[in-house]
Amino acid sequence: MSSIITNEKLNVMAEPPLIAGNPTFGKVTDVITKILEDKTQFRWYVAFGISTLMLSVLGGLIGYLIWEGTGVWGLTNPVGWGWAIVNFVFWVGIGHAGTLISAVLFLLRQKWRTSINRFAESMTIFAVVCALMFPTIHVGRIWLLYWFAPLPNQMGMWPNFRSPLMWDFFAVGTYFACSIIFWFVGLIPDLATVRDRAVSKIRKVIFGVLALGWRGGNSQWKHYEVAYLILAGISTPLVLSVHSIVSTDFATSIIPGWHTTIFPPYFVAGAIFSGFAMVMTLAIIARIVYPVKNFITINHLEKMAKVILLTGMMVGYAYATEFFIAWYSGNSYERFAFVRRAFGPYGWAYWIMVSCNVLIPQFFWFRKCRRNIVWLFILTIFVNIGMWFERFVIVISTLSADFLPSSWDYYHPTWVDVWTLIGSFGLFFTLFLLFLRFLPMIAMSEVKGVLPQADPHHAHKAVEGGQA
Amino acid sequence: MSTVNKKILGIVAQFAGTAELIDAAVKVKAAGFSKWDCHSPFPIHGMDKAMGEKRSNLGWIVGACAIIGGSGALWLQGWSAASAYPHVISGKALFSYQAFFPITFAVSVLFAAFGTLFGLLGIIKVQWNHPLFESKLFPCFSDDGFLVHIEADDPQFDPEKTKAFLKSIGAGNTEIYEKSE
Repeated sequence: MSSIITNEKLNVMAEPPLIAGNPTFGKVTDVITKILEDKTQFRWYVAFGISTLMLSVLGGLIGYLIWEGTGVWGLTNPVGWGWAIVNFVFWVGIGHAGTLISAVLFLLRQKWRTSINRFAESMTIFAVVCALMFPTIHVGRIWLLYWFAPLPNQMGMWPNFRSPLMWDFFAVGTYFACSIIFWFVGLIPDLATVRDRAVSKIRKVIFGVLALGWRGGNSQWKHYEVAYLILAGISTPLVLSVHSIVSTDFATSIIPGWHTTIFPPYFVAGAIFSGFAMVMTLAIIARIVYPVKNFITINHLEKMAKVILLTGMMVGYAYATEFFIAWYSGNSYERFAFVRRAFGPYGWAYWIMVSCNVLIPQFFWFRKCRRNIVWLFILTIFVNIGMWFERFVIVISTLSADFLPSSWDYYHPTWVDVWTLIGSFGLFFTLFLLFLRFLPMIAMSEVKGVLPQADPHHAHKAVEGGQA
Repeated sequence: MSTVNKKILGIVAQFAGTAELIDAAVKVKAAGFSKWDCHSPFPIHGMDKAMGEKRSNLGWIVGACAIIGGSGALWLQGWSAASAYPHVISGKALFSYQAFFPITFAVSVLFAAFGTLFGLLGIIKVQWNHPLFESKLFPCFSDDGFLVHIEADDPQFDPEKTKAFLKSIGAGNTEIYEKSE
């Protein structure tokens, strides 16, 4: 008797179900695969048209850049890294939330991640594509990019592996490869589902090939589960290492404002912060357009809002620490760099950053804001903007005033800078829309695995009630 | 029984849910079958134990790949910076291994990731034309089907007796699937 009461109490305390509407396994398959089996929606074509238009602008501007050289950007003598590097750090940071959701939350057995992990992983890959593009075109002589690779050559020269730029090349390249592998391995069972439902010959062939003959036998699942665990395990340190290494591009230099040891953790927190905001923005749009409200529930969004609040405060703490250390170091160049950052010519950008990244997330203390779609959408857009400005502040305001006052200059972006950034969103959304249209946007097999009836002891629990 | 131009490949039997499939797995194993498997839309907790499966050895492959990648990367950096093209950076030693760590780590992870992918595909044997795809009942495994599959090659296999056995342990739909020759 007493054990029954205990169980009732536990039920009251229990979390709401991960997937709303108590669907059957078949229902999960139906809802998700129908999205890619149904006729394409008109609004998808509209969105895709706009995205590809932006993408073609990007293509044209890259061509122009390669033809003319990096002079078409607003780069000046002290500000040798302009918007391209700002955009690079912004996009690569976005990607980190995807890996955090797919890998770290998997290892922490956070089952709520199953609804959003496919989504977030795809976002990671497309964000890293955008990120990789910027340093690639930023090298100027793009046809010499292969000099990064350690290839034997007639000059007997080798790359300088002590340079953070080389570390970055390897770190982001590895990150991209691992993200794609993780994403694809996760997709295999779902590709098999689409294959097995396919009616048209072409769909059967394409998904048949991609599904690699998946048969879902336990002899496959047992290796698959280990593979997934290993991929989660090796991706987890990447969440910390990739943006840490990106931060060393700055931190190993001697420029005041960059030369700080706080950069790696500060960058990682900012990356997760911005990435969660982007996942949330995309998830809210997907919930409106596609019938996935039962999978990405308001509880999922609330959990993400809590992560944004936490990481936002870590970022705010890092901003404060930077100032404290600048003062505490007693180094007049450091002090100058930080006073100028907040109150100099770029002060406007600094305060946009602080408002968006530190003040705005404070709304997430309120349950009402965390559970209201409109609030969530608006606040995450602000976070996305704020995090772009963070990178702008770090890169541009710092570079514009170095050790030699005679070379100080104010950075003005050109129209090419502006449209290249807009175009990169075109690239991102084109890829994302293709993903939404042609691949299962929610990891069906994982979602089925967290439904209550997936637990072999579920029936016993239901029948036996309190007999623990 | 098989006709002249048809060959029986095996039997597929559907069970109601995860608990039923685990019970069935225990019984099929106890009955002494050797060439069989349980197919499900997602991995079922406790199935390895029910089927008496050993732990996957994929980890060893991945570990070996990571060590090869990491040591190769460290060697390449050290050799190129200290021997092939010695150059002093910031007055540091030629073999300044601290600065080689990030790339050593990245390449270890890279090799481990590829090792996981190709190791997995190698172990599970990618086979686009697997005999099971001849079955009409089989494709439901990727939707909501919980299936036991016993191959015709199993020494204990007999179409009628095996079917009766599977029915006796709670199977719903069953299919003896065959291939035209």
